[in-house]
Amino acid sequence: MAPHDEERLGELLGLLPPAPAGWVQAAQELPAARLQLDEIVERARLDAGFRVQLVADLEAALAAAGYEPRRALLDAVRERLPELDA
Amino acid sequence: MTIEVSDAQLVERCRAGEAAAWNELVERFSRYVYAIAVRAFRLPEHDAEDVFQDVFARTFERLDSLRDDAAIRPWLAQLTRNACVDRLRAGAREQLAEEPPAEVLDAEMERLDEALDVHDGLRALSGDCREILDRFFAQDESYRMIAEALDLPAGTIASRISRCLGKLRESLEGRKPGSDTSGDW
Repeated sequence: MAPHDEERLGELLGLLPPAPAGWVQAAQELPAARLQLDEIVERARLDAGFRVQLVADLEAALAAAGYEPRRALLDAVRERLPELDA
Repeated sequence: MTIEVSDAQLVERCRAGEAAAWNELVERFSRYVYAIAVRAFRLPEHDAEDVFQDVFARTFERLDSLRDDAAIRPWLAQLTRNACVDRLRAGAREQLAEEPPAEVLDAEMERLDEALDVHDGLRALSGDCREILDRFFAQDESYRMIAEALDLPAGTIASRISRCLGKLRESLEGRKPGSDTSGDW
């Protein structure tokens, strides 16, 4: 690393403000969210009633099944729904 | 004093499925990915958020394909650049959106790399120094705000910042920062 004067160090530190906390948290929750998604898809595969509920009202069906219907989860399940009809 | 975990060790632990390691990896690179999206590519906040989540989702899915664990940073940089370019090109169909010229982009990426090196250098400092430097320079907080948040006399903030910057410089130059272990400013 090149030597820095202290003014330059401050300037460089200022280039990296924190990302919004909610974004960081969502990214950190990805592994758990993937497991949850797989669980929902598997349940929908085995349970036709649950599958119908998901198609009719995704948010309500997930909430009723005990999942927190966050936007990322809703988008991910919506993306996987077509494969359940196959 | 915290035990330093290298990027390569962190990647290895993520691959082994350690949740804490994944949290740390996201924490370590979140500012970098964010800065590439909003500073280098000047994406609006909602597009930057999509890029941010997309980059970490791809990282999680493709970590096994990373050939050199120590190269996670350039790998993430490239992933983020590609995601930003895709976003700009998709946006260009709906509204005016311009990809920055390659030379401008390269210079900005180089600056962000240097900034991340400096930010990484904070890890060698005490928690107090890390916090005061981060609040002042990265979070743009005033002396008064910092003094209130850290319960310190406002008149001492400038000198504390100066001392901590000196320690950061020593650390980056390969010298052991003086009196670093006990929250000594």
